[in-house]
Amino acid sequence: MKKTLLLACALTLATTTACGAGEEEASADGRGPITIVDTQSHEAATRKVIDAWNAAHPDQKVTLDIQPKDADSQRQRLINNAQTKSDAMDVIMLDAVWTAEFAANRWVDPVAAGTFKADEFLAPTLATATYRGNLYAMPWLTGTGLLYYRGDLVDKAPTTWAEMKETCAEVLPEHKEMSCYAGLLDKYEGLTVSFAEAVQSAGGTVADESGVPHLDTDAAKAGLTFLVDGLKSGMIPKEGITFKEDEVKNALQSGKVLFARSWASLYGTANAADSPVAGKVEVAPIPGLDGPGSGTLGGANLAISAFSKRKETAKDFLTFFTSPEQMKIWATVNSTPVARTALYDDQELVKQYPYLPSLKQGIVAAKPRPVAVKYGDVTAAIQNAVYPALSGEVAVEQALSGLQQQLSGLLKQ
Amino acid sequence: MRRGSRWFTALMISPTLLALALVVLYPLVAAARESMYVRGEGLDADGFVVEGERFVGLAHYAELVGERFVNALLNTTVFTLVTVTLETVLGVAMALVMHNVLRGRGVVRAGILIPWAVPTAISGLMWRWVFQADGVANAILGEKILWTTEGVQAKLAVIIADTWKTAPFVGLLVLAGLQIIPTMVYEAAKVDGASAWQTFWRITLPLVKPALVVAVLFRILDALAMFDLPFVMIGRGKLSVETLSALVWDEATQLRYGSAAAYGMVLIAYVAVVVFVFVRLLGADLLADTRSRKRTA
Amino acid sequence: MKRALAAGLVVVYCLAPFYWMVVSSLRRTGDIFETTPWPSPPSLENYAAVFSGHSDFGRALLNSLIVSAGTTVLTLTLGICCAYALARLTFRGKNLVLGLVMGTSMFPGALLIVPLLKLFTELGWINTYHAMIVPSMSFALPLAVWTLTAFFRQMPHELEQAATIDGCSRWGAFRRVILPIAAPGVFTTAILAFFATWNEFMIALTMISKADMQTATVRVAQFGGASDFDTPFGTQMAAGVIVTIPLVILVLVFQKRIVAGLTSGALK
Repeated sequence: MKKTLLLACALTLATTTACGAGEEEASADGRGPITIVDTQSHEAATRKVIDAWNAAHPDQKVTLDIQPKDADSQRQRLINNAQTKSDAMDVIMLDAVWTAEFAANRWVDPVAAGTFKADEFLAPTLATATYRGNLYAMPWLTGTGLLYYRGDLVDKAPTTWAEMKETCAEVLPEHKEMSCYAGLLDKYEGLTVSFAEAVQSAGGTVADESGVPHLDTDAAKAGLTFLVDGLKSGMIPKEGITFKEDEVKNALQSGKVLFARSWASLYGTANAADSPVAGKVEVAPIPGLDGPGSGTLGGANLAISAFSKRKETAKDFLTFFTSPEQMKIWATVNSTPVARTALYDDQELVKQYPYLPSLKQGIVAAKPRPVAVKYGDVTAAIQNAVYPALSGEVAVEQALSGLQQQLSGLLKQ
Repeated sequence: MRRGSRWFTALMISPTLLALALVVLYPLVAAARESMYVRGEGLDADGFVVEGERFVGLAHYAELVGERFVNALLNTTVFTLVTVTLETVLGVAMALVMHNVLRGRGVVRAGILIPWAVPTAISGLMWRWVFQADGVANAILGEKILWTTEGVQAKLAVIIADTWKTAPFVGLLVLAGLQIIPTMVYEAAKVDGASAWQTFWRITLPLVKPALVVAVLFRILDALAMFDLPFVMIGRGKLSVETLSALVWDEATQLRYGSAAAYGMVLIAYVAVVVFVFVRLLGADLLADTRSRKRTA
Repeated sequence: MKRALAAGLVVVYCLAPFYWMVVSSLRRTGDIFETTPWPSPPSLENYAAVFSGHSDFGRALLNSLIVSAGTTVLTLTLGICCAYALARLTFRGKNLVLGLVMGTSMFPGALLIVPLLKLFTELGWINTYHAMIVPSMSFALPLAVWTLTAFFRQMPHELEQAATIDGCSRWGAFRRVILPIAAPGVFTTAILAFFATWNEFMIALTMISKADMQTATVRVAQFGGASDFDTPFGTQMAAGVIVTIPLVILVLVFQKRIVAGLTSGALK
């Protein structure tokens, strides 16, 4: 028994000290192996870039850390890492809406001016990486909402909501199992995107550049009403209120909807060889109230964690990753739109993604979501106000006036 | 008491108390302090978050009247009341069934341990899958209930999942209580012509009460701290299933440590009151053995 | 007949959801939304996906094993001593100590975790196994003390007296006489503590930011798909089954002991 107890103590000690031994010493010159944090959906493309880098830099190898799928969990992991001043993450994928929060808390380092040519990137992507005039991340991915539709059933893409409803009224009677439209309406970040898009597409804005909300307008009312009435009338299927990216894709692929709003990267998936609707899915700019709609700017950029101990390697790797050559290689593997302007006119890429030129127009016309250091509170407020309106518990006007009041407080810096 | 034995006792007990002081007492005191401070408020001229903390006294506790806190408190209370009641009833029923099984008791017992063995986070994923809009629950019901949206159905889904996982646990504890009731007692009841219901109500229940009370107390503690199940199953931010623990967690991830700590302190006070009332009302005499032994010693 | 039917119902109730998880894990990706009671054809592709590529699920399982075993060993080492004193020694303030130990199990983890996170940040413990093992004692230690105290009480009073007469010191009596007899109870408690730690989610989620230090329960919840448009339900179910299987095997092998452990505290 004595032996067992001793063994127990030894084991305890071993488990508690073993991990300390695994820590590598930070090198004095800020170089060495680093970790990049990215999502699984980018894995294949990002790994290609990493492999190219690793082959050339055997002593500064890059490891890929895969983030959970949903944005809230991603943000929680990044913040947790920053709060604990952990050096586990060197280069991080920073969603466009997190830039302000991470910059203001000094969790990411500013990007030194002169390390890259700003005019080679789409202006809106630079804006999403900027906080108070300083750049905090390298522009990387961008994108905005697109309207996907069944090209085999619809002749001409609608430019207004009314046209879309008319098209549905013509087509759907012959396709009883189909509904008209699906979008991102579950209670998560996608709902904030959909709401902002609807308001903008009706000619309004959630908040202007100086942080003043404008939800007491007719445009805001028209935008939210489009979604609320859509669910009520069955234009959007009843279960549409549980839809995230997956469910929208499934609905489009299984022939449950004629029109679907999603991101540019869906194009590759929807038309992949194993997709039941391969070759039948086409893309157009999102429709609006009186004319083409205005999308919300999505995207993500690459930043260097303030707590990294290998910042020199991280900087070099960022420059490598966002170079024209590597970005093009990335873009050939993954259909998420990238930030470099030239790639939208690249012959090979346009052949692979025929929608690129029109997407470029859409991105330039798109608007960012409200900028706030406490963006988490802003998006939660929007979701808490909009979701009950969608399910019919709260009237549109009431939801909007409540939200107007809340955002006035939250966006005032 | 001899001196040596006192030292021996102290030596045996202190490691546990020290460990618990580190992982429970220290965080508790730190949280109590944190709940009276606010940090990271406001931005400086360059747009950076101002570091440092400021004493705000009981200001965070004043937020407790807020809609969100009241909602979380109500959810926690409803979940606890409903799940514990259901689990007790189902658990007792299961125990009676198992007690009466003549053959294959091992199989039943093993089966009943499975829900208990499935990690809560995994069972959350499993039930989310079952309650999908086009999932198997709706396929069986032939309805299209949107379980994961806000509303009563989301609460119901959480209750079903929680009951599934923990009713067997109650059942096992009660079964152990049943097994020490001498068969003579039942035979006597039969001779007296008592009905099955009377036998259960007058004999079985009072005799398993000690076991049942402890099981229910454990369940109450667990249910009041419920976190992973609604989190994984329905999704964060869904107010109709937000519990107090989830609220504490969410406030902390929004870096409002002060109010997170204040909510947490209230949760602890709530748990303490419930436990106190429960122990007083039902006489869950957790310390009974030490006292009775003292008397005999 | 009636009894067998009732028993059958209980078993079906307990196993049906788990069965559905297993069945779903055996479907091909394309069939995942089917609701047939048996996958046709069954496929192991989800299980291959769990371990494929760089998701490194094997590593996550190993981490879970290390954390659970570490917590179990540490908890038992401390808990045995404390439970022995509570069950078999007489001293003043015994009820207070027992009350304190049991009282700590009352505090919800969500509150304890932030201060510990800050403390461990200062100590440089983040992303280590001990950052998960030490906080896990907050629930494992009261559980162990509770169960072990009950086991120690069941043993005859005369044991130590006999040992002392034989010339053993108190420590000697504890080590040579009590511990060997208590071994089955210790083993049962070990299983319970192991289960509780294996299932832990919140601590592992918070204390670890390094991907290769995550435990299996956290990793499963964070499984993503190959595109933004796929939740890999099949893979999640397969991973869930894999995380649960070790526990199910333990349950099947040691069910009598586990039940004894669960109920010992309740019955005294």
